[in-house]
Amino acid sequence: MKNVFVYCEVTEEKRIAEVSLELLSKGRKLAETLGVKLEAVVLTDQAGDTLETIQEFGVDVIHLAESVELFPYRTLPHFRVVQAIFEKEQPEIALFGATSVGRDLAPRIASVLRCGLTADCTSLEIGDHVDTKTGKEYKNMLYQIRPAFGGNIIATIINPETRPQMATVREGVMKLEKADKKKVAQIKNYKVEEILKPEDLVITIIDRHIEPQKVNLKGAGIIVSGGYGVGSKENFKLLYDLAAVLGGEVAATRAAVDAGYAEHERQVGQTGVTVRPKLYIACGISGAVQHRAGMDQSAKIISINTDPNAPINAIADYAVTGDLMEVLPKMIAYYKKYSK
Amino acid sequence: MEKIKILVLAKQVPDTRNVGKDAMKDDGTVNRGALPAIYNPDDLNALEMALEAKDRLGNAEVYVLTMGPTRAAEIIRESIYRGADEGYLLTDRKFAGSDTLATSYAISKAVKKIDPDLIFCGLQAIDGDTAQVGPQTAEKVDFPQITYVEKLVEISPTQITLKRRLERGVETVVAPLPALITVHGSANPCRARNVKRVMQYKHARTLTELKEENRENSELFKDRPYLKIEEWSVDTIQADDTHLGLSGSPTKVKTIDSVVLAQKENIVLTSSDADVEELMVDLLKSRVIG
Ligand SMILES: Cc1cc2nc3c(=O)[nH]c(=O)nc-3n(C[C@H](O)[C@H](O)[C@H](O)COP(=O)(O)OP(=O)(O)OC[C@H]3O[C@@H](n4cnc5c(N)ncnc54)[C@H](O)[C@@H]3O)c2cc1C
Ligand SMILES: Nc1ncnc2c1ncn2[C@@H]1O[C@H](COP(=O)(O)O)[C@@H](O)[C@H]1O
Repeated sequence: MKNVFVYCEVTEEKRIAEVSLELLSKGRKLAETLGVKLEAVVLTDQAGDTLETIQEFGVDVIHLAESVELFPYRTLPHFRVVQAIFEKEQPEIALFGATSVGRDLAPRIASVLRCGLTADCTSLEIGDHVDTKTGKEYKNMLYQIRPAFGGNIIATIINPETRPQMATVREGVMKLEKADKKKVAQIKNYKVEEILKPEDLVITIIDRHIEPQKVNLKGAGIIVSGGYGVGSKENFKLLYDLAAVLGGEVAATRAAVDAGYAEHERQVGQTGVTVRPKLYIACGISGAVQHRAGMDQSAKIISINTDPNAPINAIADYAVTGDLMEVLPKMIAYYKKYSK
Repeated sequence: MEKIKILVLAKQVPDTRNVGKDAMKDDGTVNRGALPAIYNPDDLNALEMALEAKDRLGNAEVYVLTMGPTRAAEIIRESIYRGADEGYLLTDRKFAGSDTLATSYAISKAVKKIDPDLIFCGLQAIDGDTAQVGPQTAEKVDFPQITYVEKLVEISPTQITLKRRLERGVETVVAPLPALITVHGSANPCRARNVKRVMQYKHARTLTELKEENRENSELFKDRPYLKIEEWSVDTIQADDTHLGLSGSPTKVKTIDSVVLAQKENIVLTSSDADVEELMVDLLKSRVIG
């Protein structure tokens, strides 16, 4: 009762998804602050060694449901089992990865439990709240913090009355940290066939093609990132050229992705990937809060912008005022000149 | 045989993709009024898929439901220009301040009144990017949901085959009707307006719009009843007030903080050869690159 739950997503390779391990790391800290337990929920056909991975994160209880109906992921079977677990266990907090699985499952769960859900949080904290109208005090709320639409604004969202307090978080936002001490988790098994009804099995998967991940932004040491100011898909080639000579990856803002200059996998920010490279070169990027949420922890930031007052300049180590079409070729040329 | 009823959920959103400098107020917040209100992009893909379904089924009708202020009737006209048969505007002051749970409650009550066989929504609305209203509506009307759909593969009056676009690939699923489908932005773009339909429906109005134009006594609807866009209130859909608006929303905004960017000590350069040369030499020396 009243514990912190993390829905652990099982990947194609039958491992626990990176984002779930990150959430277990965060969940452990939240549980410690609240003085409660950390519990993991795992739904798959056969758990195999995934449970060992989870044990490294200081989990107290693992709720395990194994059935052929649970892998690969389908909405309704997962929905029914998680609903059954949550109704019985009454979690205080429930965290999901903001993946195509988490974003499919979490809202349906929130709807049936009639509780609040905040998408794409960039930070989670514990704190108190006083309702200014009623004067009622709420202790130890989950602060669900995320950029809000409307300029450089961050909103703190709470669910005072409903439980669980639910949130989704993108991969890379929370730091992955194993527990200092290994704990042996108690494992609770569920009889899936007693939970699922025939109507939960009406959708069938007839074909799947899963490809390995192509773009690896999270692992890149150097990122050359382009915004709407790059102006076209052709101009983006300059960014690829610079990335190639520096040995980096190319990323983009949502405005650039929406305009069709770059693929969606390359989007950095609150609703894209969060990166912490040693060098982030922001080309034609204004620096909206949703974008900065995904890159402001880069070790060094260079901004290239025609506008000397672009907000991104405030967090840049080097602010180059100028046209990227002029600056990037020069960077390539000077790099070649001096790098030998 | 009875007609298959297809419903599209479409939302009018501020164009967050165009938050230019003119839309910013001095305090760094966005002046929503200065942003154009547009048809949520994914919802146009949803409308197209609904129209494709109708084309293939033949015996079907496409309805559009939108929840929003009076102005959101624009979405319904736009949908009709592109081929939708009819629309409903769900509008009431009591809806103001609804989070996704309260919104999906209101929408689900309207859905039950319409009683469709298939619902298409966008994957997400660009003002919040939550992607929650679709799955929450599906749960409330007890439909299975198929999210992230990129392609309509096959449809019959009893089942639908769909291709889903996932992070790392595609998946094809078969679902029985009824079902709720959320459509990915990579699906077919929406067909253009049909000129004949624009001519025929450009005077379509809600009653409130007519009043705002001081034409409430006009004979418009009497002569051409198909020009009337239905407006539904909380009472029409028999919704419970306590599940709506701010009081019906479990999520509360505790605080809104504007982010004050602590100006980092930085080196300001120009695009001159000398400056770019200095930059690259600096980076190489400090071993950030190289
Ligand atoms: C719910 C939600 C989620 C979002 N999630 C994300 C996210 O994950 N990631 C993200 O990036 N955004 C996200 N956004 C969008 C974000 O708010 C901004 O709209 C976006 O980041 C702006 O992108 P931009 O900087 O490329 O474009 P703009 O703001 O248009 O900036 C373009 C910049 O280019 C400069 N420029 C123009 N021409 C040149 C030139 N020739 N040389 C050099 N500079 C030039 C201009 O001075 C300007 O500063 C989200 C928005 C919402 C509402
Ligand atoms: N007010 C609304 N009126 C009609 N449809 C909506 C509304 N809000 C959300 N939707 C639908 O739900 C989808 C997801 O919205 P969201 O959960 O806000 O990202 C949208 O693409 C629409 O299809």
